[in-house]
Amino acid sequence: MDLFEYQARDLFAKHDVPVLAGEVIDTPEAAREITERLGGKSVVKAQVKVGGRGKAGGVKLAASADEAVARATDILGMDIKGHTVHKVMIAETAPEILEEYYVSFLLDRANRTFLSIASVEGGMEIEEVAATRPEAVAKIAIDAIDGVDEAKAREIVEAAKFPAEVADKVVNVLIKLWDTFIKSDALLVEVNPLAKVASGDVIALDGKVSLDENAEFRHPEYEELHDKDAANPLEAAAKAKGLNYVKLEGEVGIIGNGAGLVMSTLDVVAYAGENHGGVKPANFLDIGGGASAQVMANGLEIILGDPDVKSVFVNVFGGITACDEVANGIVQALKLLEDRGENVSKPLVVRLDGNNAELGRQILTDANHPLVQRVDTMDGAADKAAELAHAAK
Amino acid sequence: MAIWLNKDSKVIVQGMTGATGMKHTKLMLGDGTNVVGGVNPRKAGQKVDFDGTEVPVFGTVKEAIEATGANVSVIFVPEKFTKDAVVEAIDAEIPLAVVITEGIAVHDTASFWAYAGKKGNKTRIIGPNCPGIITPGQSNVGIIPGDITKPGRIGLVSKSGTLTYQMMYELRDIGFSTAVGIGGDPIIGTTHIDALAAFQDDPDTDLIVMIGEIGGDAEERAAAFIKENVTKPVVGYVAGFTAPEGKTMGHAGAIVSGSSGTAQAKKEALEAAGVKVGKTPTETAKLAREILSA
Repeated sequence: MDLFEYQARDLFAKHDVPVLAGEVIDTPEAAREITERLGGKSVVKAQVKVGGRGKAGGVKLAASADEAVARATDILGMDIKGHTVHKVMIAETAPEILEEYYVSFLLDRANRTFLSIASVEGGMEIEEVAATRPEAVAKIAIDAIDGVDEAKAREIVEAAKFPAEVADKVVNVLIKLWDTFIKSDALLVEVNPLAKVASGDVIALDGKVSLDENAEFRHPEYEELHDKDAANPLEAAAKAKGLNYVKLEGEVGIIGNGAGLVMSTLDVVAYAGENHGGVKPANFLDIGGGASAQVMANGLEIILGDPDVKSVFVNVFGGITACDEVANGIVQALKLLEDRGENVSKPLVVRLDGNNAELGRQILTDANHPLVQRVDTMDGAADKAAELAHAAK
Repeated sequence: MAIWLNKDSKVIVQGMTGATGMKHTKLMLGDGTNVVGGVNPRKAGQKVDFDGTEVPVFGTVKEAIEATGANVSVIFVPEKFTKDAVVEAIDAEIPLAVVITEGIAVHDTASFWAYAGKKGNKTRIIGPNCPGIITPGQSNVGIIPGDITKPGRIGLVSKSGTLTYQMMYELRDIGFSTAVGIGGDPIIGTTHIDALAAFQDDPDTDLIVMIGEIGGDAEERAAAFIKENVTKPVVGYVAGFTAPEGKTMGHAGAIVSGSSGTAQAKKEALEAAGVKVGKTPTETAKLAREILSA
């Protein structure tokens, strides 16, 4: 879960990483009181989870409270690279900036540990610095058990060649930032820029934080960090039902069991779509290994409620759960939805394979549901589902 | 032979007395796995009956090993307690720990992985968030259905559970030496490379099928390893060509970040290493079949 800048700022502040004052608002008028409190001037910053907002006009200086309201009016509702601005942060204006640095801690998948990246050339995307001036970027592996103490922080500062006059201050920031990383179960904490200002202090002016949703069980505070505005209504409904669902742009609704098989199903449908008017998968939905009637019904309800869906492909491999149970689940799920008065009118292509596949297929044949077609291979079923979606388009 | 698991493997189950542990212990016993004990400190000294097979419960992994000579542990404990369970298995120096639990915080995995390293890597860890490992006809540890394939000469390594089953089923007439599900989390113990190296050295394996998915660069590194070290034929499959950037697709590790971790890049890397990559699981199975019948 990626956080907004203001959420990252608040998290940094909580862990004593030096930041500037700032508050988030969603109505322009609220900018007035905050700007007055900040001494009559402020920076109005669009809160979007995408880079390049400055160039897009999403960050403006305001020299008065009136101007802050005007700038907030401009920026709220603005579209930045497809992201609508629902919130702005009214921040303290930065003191004179002398230098801009970069520091981060992140998960290093390849080396199965954590990593610190640091550079005295901050202010721009670190990938860009790494590509053009790799010698300016220091990467230091962090042991997941030993973590970052003062000696480790000093090692990072020396590797990145921070100037001597800020070394102690950057060491302090690194220790606090590591504390943020560990205590929040973060996948990434990034400060860019970490600014050296005229007073000689170093301050985190902007930051990115990404949290591990698997760690939510020990972080009740994650709940209010979720971005409710951005969630697609179908994704929100699926989440409420405990389903693993991602909305995509196509026309073929997908239900399958197991993340890998569902990803594969999306691909196979997209290939099949090349021969059927370019139809594509409408979603990712993994109903898990169990594939019970209740879960199948919940899944079908979400998929059938998607107006973009023209046909549905149910792709199940019976492993521990045998195909006869899955077939009964599908038949019961359709009945459940019809009894509930849901509009079940889109064609379903069902492919069952694996344990008790023959029994499962027989159950579907016997049920003889007018909307359900059986196709017994994954590639063949994908082709049929794509064909039906194209015909209904 | 096979790799890492055979008929002589003695298996204990951490979390055997929970609902998932009970269900799968029963299935593992049904597949002929030599399950010699369970671990639960609150139920130590009890015995659990699985259709006439009595399995003793021990208080710790160490006690279980001392009493039974166990050399494999399979871990079904809930995600909140998984880290402690793995650390306990590492402390007991069990040679193989298979972590089935999904939804583990990645900081916990990073921590037990670092711990295994500090203890000299005496424990091979498979998973977390994986279906386990099966040597058909000999032993089955985890949640892979035991009856969808037969013993044979294909080695399989996969990030995904259901794609493992799909492939085992498609090639059930040829059969498998060992199939390993390594899991789809951002940090995992055993990697594609570990399994490729073991299959390369296994006289019972003639061909290797490798299944990957979007996220990270494990497949690219596996491709480099194959080029240098693997002489047996390898057939590959990668899932997630249509996955949008920045969205996690079911598995915590399955995410395309910017331009890295894409299925296309993985496919190209594998092909450059001489691996035949199928467009669909069925086509992948067909490629394996063609090579073996050539």
